[in-house]
Amino acid sequence: MKDITLGQYFPGNSVLHKMDPRAKLISAIIYIAVVFTSSSAGALAFLAVATVAIMLISGIPISVYLRGLRPILFILALTAALNLFMTRGETVAFEFWIVKIYVEGINNAILMAVRITTLVLGSCVFLSYTTSPIALTDGLESLLGPLSKLHVPVHDFSMMMTIALRFIPLLIEETDKIMSAQKARGSDFSSGGPVKRVRALLPILIPLFVSSFKRAEELAVAMECRCYRGDVERTHMKVLRYGALDFVVMASLLVLLSAVIAINIFVPIYAF
Amino acid sequence: MSEIKLENVTYTYGAKTPFEKRAVDGISLTFEDGKITGLIGHTGSGKSTLVQMLNGLLKPDSGHIYLGGADIWAEPKKLRLVRFRVGLVMQYPEYQLFDETVRADIAFGPKNMGLSPEEIDERVIESARFAGVDEKLLDKSPFELSGGQKRRAAIAGVMAMRPEALVLDEPAAGLDPAGRDAILSGIRTYSEKTGATVIIVSHSMEDMAVYCDDIAVLADGKLKMKGTREEVFRRRDELLAVGLGVPMITDIACELMTLGVALGGDIYTVGGVADAICDSAAANGGENR
Repeated sequence: MKDITLGQYFPGNSVLHKMDPRAKLISAIIYIAVVFTSSSAGALAFLAVATVAIMLISGIPISVYLRGLRPILFILALTAALNLFMTRGETVAFEFWIVKIYVEGINNAILMAVRITTLVLGSCVFLSYTTSPIALTDGLESLLGPLSKLHVPVHDFSMMMTIALRFIPLLIEETDKIMSAQKARGSDFSSGGPVKRVRALLPILIPLFVSSFKRAEELAVAMECRCYRGDVERTHMKVLRYGALDFVVMASLLVLLSAVIAINIFVPIYAF
Repeated sequence: MSEIKLENVTYTYGAKTPFEKRAVDGISLTFEDGKITGLIGHTGSGKSTLVQMLNGLLKPDSGHIYLGGADIWAEPKKLRLVRFRVGLVMQYPEYQLFDETVRADIAFGPKNMGLSPEEIDERVIESARFAGVDEKLLDKSPFELSGGQKRRAAIAGVMAMRPEALVLDEPAAGLDPAGRDAILSGIRTYSEKTGATVIIVSHSMEDMAVYCDDIAVLADGKLKMKGTREEVFRRRDELLAVGLGVPMITDIACELMTLGVALGGDIYTVGGVADAICDSAAANGGENR
């Protein structure tokens, strides 16, 4: 329960931490575009170097990133293996018994592995690790602002997101507490067949739901007591402002995008 | 044989991270068989952590915990049996209620022990009586009860396992005075009737003075004092030094003593101090009356 790192904010003082959340969202989108356009060996290498550079700029220890990658390790290995063995091509790289591996397969496997890894790392850098959840929802609200002209309740959505994010750590803590209490009464979560195991979860889930609903109700009452309404023009305590820094980062990412496209076109070398 | 003995027990949260905190630091302590021991200390002094180690919910980083002479971690597979013998009521235990009826919820522990239905029924009734749960409430949903009733039902759920040692973390927190007295005296009745060792974590010096035989004081994860309530409350200055107090009536008695009134015996309950003052007055030939 305690080692959920993917989607966690690491306070810091780097250039990335100081950026406007909107600029970070836009940067993340450009970065994702870069990931999906790099297809040649040179472009992938360039992308990998750029990703490592961004990770270093964030000032967050590399070990944290590696821990964040652990949950996707299985998907990564599976995708690479499938691409490696299932791709049919023209040139056989080598043959062993009934396994035939083609050069195209190797290309695809490397391409997918690098793409998935950089995608996860890159979006972690821009979004979860260097941006607090509150800043992120503020940024999202501001970017989606124009939609409210079409009567989309953007503010309410972002409020819901903020509240949901805010309650995740609390829920984890509470799950721990309830689990301990039921264990103290002899609950056993780790033995028996699947049916028995699911049944053993009921004494945890029911109290968790009950207290979540209760908490939601209390929060709603507290908000109403302060006359909260989402549909009035609310202002923010921290007004978002783009700075020179934001444009520099977004521009560098655009440069990265054009560089990758150029490498794809002018140096179309693939692995091997 | 339900003495709980701690030997040099240490527990650290978040070891090897920047958030590392040693919550319990080398505590050696014995909770004597059949006695009610109060565990007091400031918020963050390690009480709750210590208490969760007594039934093996947390494993000490070093040191040993003996229940009736046997190390509870000797056979980790048999920890469940330890949990039936050392009943732990966590802080705000009303959150653990989940079943359709109060009766079924109290029966959860005994059912996990694999007892017969008759035995379970009998234990439910008995523990409901100890904890002060009205029999009329047994067939209601636990979510319909009031806060104090929920607390009692949750405590009954642990008592129903008939543990030899009952450990309660702040059992009276947030209750009104009547509810607090009902729960604490129910716990004492349980101890008297079953001979169980009881450990109560509390902030309230007044409650401790009335309901406990022994008192252990924790500060910063270390054991500061352990003794009978008389011994501990007489060391008022040391208690104040670690940010704790003594019952208000003991404060008054101590002030009287510095003014030269000799008070002996019980100086931690209102009745006791009243007697002591009368005795002292009588000893002075009644001229102070």
